[in-house]
Amino acid sequence: MIATHSAPIDTASIKADFPILNQPAPAGKQPLVFLDTAASSQKPQAVIDALVEYYRQENANIHRGVYDLSEKATAAYEDARRKVATFINARKPRECIFVRNTTEAINLVARSWGGANLSAGDLIVFTEMEHHSNIVPWQIIAQEKGARTGYVHLTPDGRLDQATFDTLLEQGPKLVAITHVSNSLGTVNPIQEMIAKAHAAGAVVLVDAAQSAPHVSIDVQALDCDFLAFSGHKMLGPMGIGVLYGKHELLQNMPPYQGGGSMIRKVTMEQTTWADLPARFEAGTPSVGDAVGLGVAIDYLNGIGLDRVWEHEHALVTTAISKLSEMPGVTLLGPGPEENRAGVVSFTVDGIHPHDVAAILDEHNIAVRAGHHCTQPLMQALGVVATTRASFYVYNTPEDVDRLIEGIEAAQQVFR
Amino acid sequence: MDSIYREIILEHSKNPSNRGKLDPADFSYEDTNPLCGDEVRIDIRVKDDHVSEIMFSGQGCAISQASASLLTELVDGMSLDDVKNFSKEELLEEIGISLSPARLKCALLSLKVLKAGIYGIDRANEELEDA
Repeated sequence: MIATHSAPIDTASIKADFPILNQPAPAGKQPLVFLDTAASSQKPQAVIDALVEYYRQENANIHRGVYDLSEKATAAYEDARRKVATFINARKPRECIFVRNTTEAINLVARSWGGANLSAGDLIVFTEMEHHSNIVPWQIIAQEKGARTGYVHLTPDGRLDQATFDTLLEQGPKLVAITHVSNSLGTVNPIQEMIAKAHAAGAVVLVDAAQSAPHVSIDVQALDCDFLAFSGHKMLGPMGIGVLYGKHELLQNMPPYQGGGSMIRKVTMEQTTWADLPARFEAGTPSVGDAVGLGVAIDYLNGIGLDRVWEHEHALVTTAISKLSEMPGVTLLGPGPEENRAGVVSFTVDGIHPHDVAAILDEHNIAVRAGHHCTQPLMQALGVVATTRASFYVYNTPEDVDRLIEGIEAAQQVFR
Repeated sequence: MDSIYREIILEHSKNPSNRGKLDPADFSYEDTNPLCGDEVRIDIRVKDDHVSEIMFSGQGCAISQASASLLTELVDGMSLDDVKNFSKEELLEEIGISLSPARLKCALLSLKVLKAGIYGIDRANEELEDA
C-alpha cells in the first residue's frame, strides 16, 4: 500500500498467461472482459500446468507413505505450506492450516476456538461490512453458547465508524472479526490500529483477508492478528484450497475442528490424543494438488511483486471511479478514489436494476457481478437492494474500464 | 445482438399492468428470489371460481417485474382450474425469449407466487422445480 517507484506491470504479457482470457470471442462479440475477480480470479497457465504435472508425476496420498511417490507428494504439499508462510510472513509454516476456503477457515475458528473459549454473555464483535462468511459462523456459535454479538457500524461513505468500535471495545469483547478489505465496496480498513485497540481491550482478533491477500502484501507479524483467513481461488490459485493462519500458541491450545485420519497422535477405543500442528486441523486426505497450485500462484504473484499488483489495481479503480462519476445516472458506493482503496467498484444506475445492468454487460461479453455480494447487512446500511460490482486484477487493462463504461451506456440506451 | 431485452420485456417493465395491491384479497402470496433479491407479491380476488381482480407488487430486475405484469394480464378472468393448469412453458412462450437458467428463475418467480397463493408453496415448488 506504500507508493513505490517500481516500473508498472506489463499487462499484455500477463494477460497472455491466462488461457481463459485469450479464447476467441463468440461470433459477433468482442473479447471477454473479466471484471469479477472479487468472486474468483482466473488462473495463469503456470497454475494449470502445476495441477496437471502434480497429477501426472507426483500424485499419491501424503504422510506415512514409505514409497517414493508419497514422499514426493508430501514434500510438494509441505513446500506449498512454506510458500504460504513466507507469503504472509508467518513465524512458522505450521501456523498455516490448509482448508478449503476462507469460509471454512472462519468456521474452523468459530467452532474450535469459539467452542472452547466462549461462554454465555460473552461478546463477539464483527462489522456491518462483513461478508456473510464472517457473520453467520459467529451467529451460530453465539446462539449455541448464549454469547452476544455486536457490530461496528458503517459511515455513509462506506467506512467503519470507529466510534462504534470503541464503544463495543469498552464492553470487553472476547473476539473481534474484521474484514481487511470490503468485497462490496473496496474499502481498506485500518486493521493494524483496530487490532491493537482490540488487543488492548483483551480480545482475540480474526482478520478476513479474502479480498486483501491476493492484492496487497500481508505481514501477519506486523499486523499482530491472531487469526487470518484467505482463499486460494481469489489469488490465481485453484478452487478448493484456502488458508487459516493462527498464532502458534492459540492453535496449540485449540481442540480439533473435524475428527478423522491424520489429526491424531494415538487412538484407543477409549481415548484419542491430538496430533501437533498443523495436522490436528487437517483431518482426512487434503487437497494436495490444489495446495501445490496455490504455491505456484504465490510464485506467480511474487514474480510480479505485490506492490506493483496493488499500484496497478489502484490506478485502474481510480480511472474507473473517475469515469463512472462523470456518467449521468450512475451512483458510486464506497470511499473516494483518493482513499486507500482496493480494486473493487460498486455502483447503481438510475432506473435499471443491477441484474439488468449486469445482463446487458454480459451481452457485450463483460463479466461483472450484481446482487448483494453476500453482504446483506451492508446493503441495508447503505439503503440499496443490490449493486453492480466490477473488480480488477493483474490481467485487467484501462481498455477494460472503457469497455465497462461503453457497456453501461448501452444499458442506459436499452432502458432509455 | 440477440438481446433478452426485447420490446415485450421493456414495455411491461416501463409500463406494468395491474401494479398495486388488493386489500382485502382472497389469495395473497409473496416470495423472493434469493439469488438476486427479486420480490413479487400477487393479490387475487375470486368471483364464481374465476380470477376477478389481480394485482402484483414488488421490486427487482426487469425480467421478474415484466413477467409478473404479463402474467397478471394472462390470468385475469381465468378460472382457478385453468390457472392451476397454466404451465411455465405457456408463460415462457408469451415472454418469447430464451433465458439462461439464472434468469429463468427471475421470469418464473411470479408464476411460483401465483400458484403458491392458490394452492400452497410445496406444490408450486414441485411443479416449477426444474425452473
